[in-house]
Amino acid sequence: MRPSKEIGMVAIFLGLFFGYALLELIQRGPADTFANPVFLGQANLLNLTRSIGLFGIFSVAMGVVIITGGIDLSIGSQFALLGVILAYLLVNYNWPWPIAVVTVLLLCMVLGWFHGVLITRANLQPFVVTLCGLLGYRGLARFISHDQTVGFSGDTTYELLRTLATGSVFNVPAPFIVFVVVCIIMALVLHGSVYGRYLFAIGRNEEAAVYSGINTKLVITSAYILCGFLTGISAILLGFYTNSISPASHGSFFELYAVAACVLGGCSLRGGEGSVLGIFIGTAMIQLLRNIVNLQGIDSSLEFVVMGSVIMIAVVFDQILAARRRARESRLDIKAAPAETVAAK
Amino acid sequence: MSDSEKTPIVEVVGVSKRFPGVVALNQANFAVYPGEVVALIGENGAGKSTLMKILGGLHRQDEGEIRIDGKPVEIRNVSDSLHLGISLIHQELNNLDNLDVGGNIFLGREPLTGGFLRLIDRRKIADDSRAYLQKVGLELSPTTPLSSLSIAQQQLVEIAKALSVNARVIIMDEPTSCLTLTETNRLLKLIQELKSGGVSVVFISHRLMEVQACADRVVGLRDGRNSGILRKSEISHDSMVRLMVGRNLDLKKSTTRNGDRENRIEIKDIVSPFFPSHKISFDVRKGEILGLAGLVGAGRSELAMTMFGIVKPLAGEISINDQRVNIRSPRDAIQNGIYLVPEDRRKTGLITSMTVRENVTLPDLWSYATYGLVSYKRELLSAENQRQKLSIKTASTNTLAKNLSGGNQQKVVLAKWLSLQPKLIIFDEPTRGVDVGSKAEIYRLMRGLSDAGVFILMISSDMEEVLGVSDRIAVMREGMLTGIIEAADFSEENVMKLAVAPVRTALELTS
Repeated sequence: MRPSKEIGMVAIFLGLFFGYALLELIQRGPADTFANPVFLGQANLLNLTRSIGLFGIFSVAMGVVIITGGIDLSIGSQFALLGVILAYLLVNYNWPWPIAVVTVLLLCMVLGWFHGVLITRANLQPFVVTLCGLLGYRGLARFISHDQTVGFSGDTTYELLRTLATGSVFNVPAPFIVFVVVCIIMALVLHGSVYGRYLFAIGRNEEAAVYSGINTKLVITSAYILCGFLTGISAILLGFYTNSISPASHGSFFELYAVAACVLGGCSLRGGEGSVLGIFIGTAMIQLLRNIVNLQGIDSSLEFVVMGSVIMIAVVFDQILAARRRARESRLDIKAAPAETVAAK
Repeated sequence: MSDSEKTPIVEVVGVSKRFPGVVALNQANFAVYPGEVVALIGENGAGKSTLMKILGGLHRQDEGEIRIDGKPVEIRNVSDSLHLGISLIHQELNNLDNLDVGGNIFLGREPLTGGFLRLIDRRKIADDSRAYLQKVGLELSPTTPLSSLSIAQQQLVEIAKALSVNARVIIMDEPTSCLTLTETNRLLKLIQELKSGGVSVVFISHRLMEVQACADRVVGLRDGRNSGILRKSEISHDSMVRLMVGRNLDLKKSTTRNGDRENRIEIKDIVSPFFPSHKISFDVRKGEILGLAGLVGAGRSELAMTMFGIVKPLAGEISINDQRVNIRSPRDAIQNGIYLVPEDRRKTGLITSMTVRENVTLPDLWSYATYGLVSYKRELLSAENQRQKLSIKTASTNTLAKNLSGGNQQKVVLAKWLSLQPKLIIFDEPTRGVDVGSKAEIYRLMRGLSDAGVFILMISSDMEEVLGVSDRIAVMREGMLTGIIEAADFSEENVMKLAVAPVRTALELTS
């Protein structure tokens, strides 16, 4: 673990944040900006933190499987499927909300288990398994809903869920609070627990993990179940946040936001690298960029261009730093390691 | 054949090659004359494959000269080697099995057609391939996918490929190791045909009967040096064994422990999935170090993997002091106190990108945790403890394992197990890539563990190590246990005899 990397990322985030605040100050002039701030205005900041919360939870979910060396491409489609099912259970079948929520969470854990089993027992590649999920779950969502937009009525019985997605506590958006809680728990799990150590060990060298007596199949499967659980929480919050779910587009490409946040946050798609703090900052950075693109009135079709470029620059920069670090380490090695004596006889 | 009057096609003069930690070749000489079959023999690590890889353009020598037809040449890469008329057929065949037979034969020199379109002329490939396939006795269509061929057939395709580039010398590195008896005989016959067609063959094999059947000359290598040459009339099983070993070892071991026959781990009729037709039974006694010798590929590591639960045994049982233990996974093995220090520490022994501390505590991490959360303090205590006990040289236990030297890495692997309660530790090549100083320390540690009542099984390809460290030696060959040698009968010859025992007495080759 190299906390120096996370510190650097926080610095970049803050630089971007205050840099844009300064830009606004210059663009609009001090008088106007102080009287009526846009970027640092309450509405925008609430908006920004809310979206960080909503996108952060499933980015952490993605991080868990990426650390094992896997990936879950089906997250966005699961949002559509689970959102549609949740709406049906609550609105059409009038289920009490706790039971509906538990059903949805169980369902996505079953999906995760299914992915995990296919990956560990049938030896399929995570990319392929979850790509099938990406296609299949969205199709299923559209079929169930007859491709009609479904929504949550103004029913007050599940007001709590709505508050969790759209409300605020002391001016902090509720999803952001949920995200912070998820981060604290997941930081303990990933960086403090036996289970977390196993995940990293498997991501770094699965074979050696087997030779150390770790039941790698079980651990990997459970990582997908955990990913499913967090995806489920996100699905519920996102569903109530948008309040209406059009199965063809709801949550579309969201898995890629998660991958981007993880990569930006220092996860390696080869596995074994990454931290909850890094994913947190990665998510924050991406949402900040989207926010800036919006506020600057840049054509929204260019949003992905900007994000793609930023991630590319970040990753290239990281590679350069890593290469320099390796070079430095190998120089140290030569000095430190006793010269291997040549076996003469 | 009067060799001395002809100029050798290929001549290697005073070639040396060093790898980190070892001298693979030390002033080695070697020559191949027109139309002869030369066998190259030697123990594991004697430098045979290195020498052939230098000729094949895969390695470059550090010093020495290679001459073709008496003229010094540079072999910088595989294509240089092919142009000089040398074809190397590897131990592990490296055909592309997604191509068809013809595609493999003409790989990299496909005839083209269609002018500027530069299309591959499949018809020409097929026509030309057919001729070469006939020469090697393969009755196949050139469009047969390679993946549908047996190993023996694939080997013949490689030979056909060598003929198609007009090779003058074909080098075969252990070509018979995966072949059945009939296939071997066919290959040996083909070698004779190649010879009468004017092609020279270099034949590397551990199977002395085959060598005796087909070689015109035998060249021995030992520890990277020439150990002698046998002419056709001098070739015999005993003379070849002498060429391979023939070294006087000063056994520094003062006393040999007699294991406690009552207190033992019994391996009974274990069948590993790698060699489903061989049952293996032996016992490891308390207080002794049991060596497990054999040539590369004899199935020793596979046996270790089976005992450790990496693969599930097809049959058989293991009992510790008459208590039967059931091992289906490494987890089971660890719970029963059976540990493996694997052959490849970077791949399987350690997670090199994790710290020394994290590696040491990994097999038993739960015991360092309260409510599933790992206690850094307790981990550190245990890691520091092991570091002192084994005198692991590292800046700190928070150093990444990859930054340690080979010997110290090996000690970290050992530390993983010593913080538990070992009953049996299987060491697979414990000193490979380890410097001399650490070697001695590892031997001391093994002896200390053995004296403390841990059962020790040591797999080793290093003859000196096997004879010097073990109290009894079990020898394996091709998946079977061929014998157990008691300390009184320790000698390199005795081990070698069991390791290469003549299997193919029924070899009815007329030569």
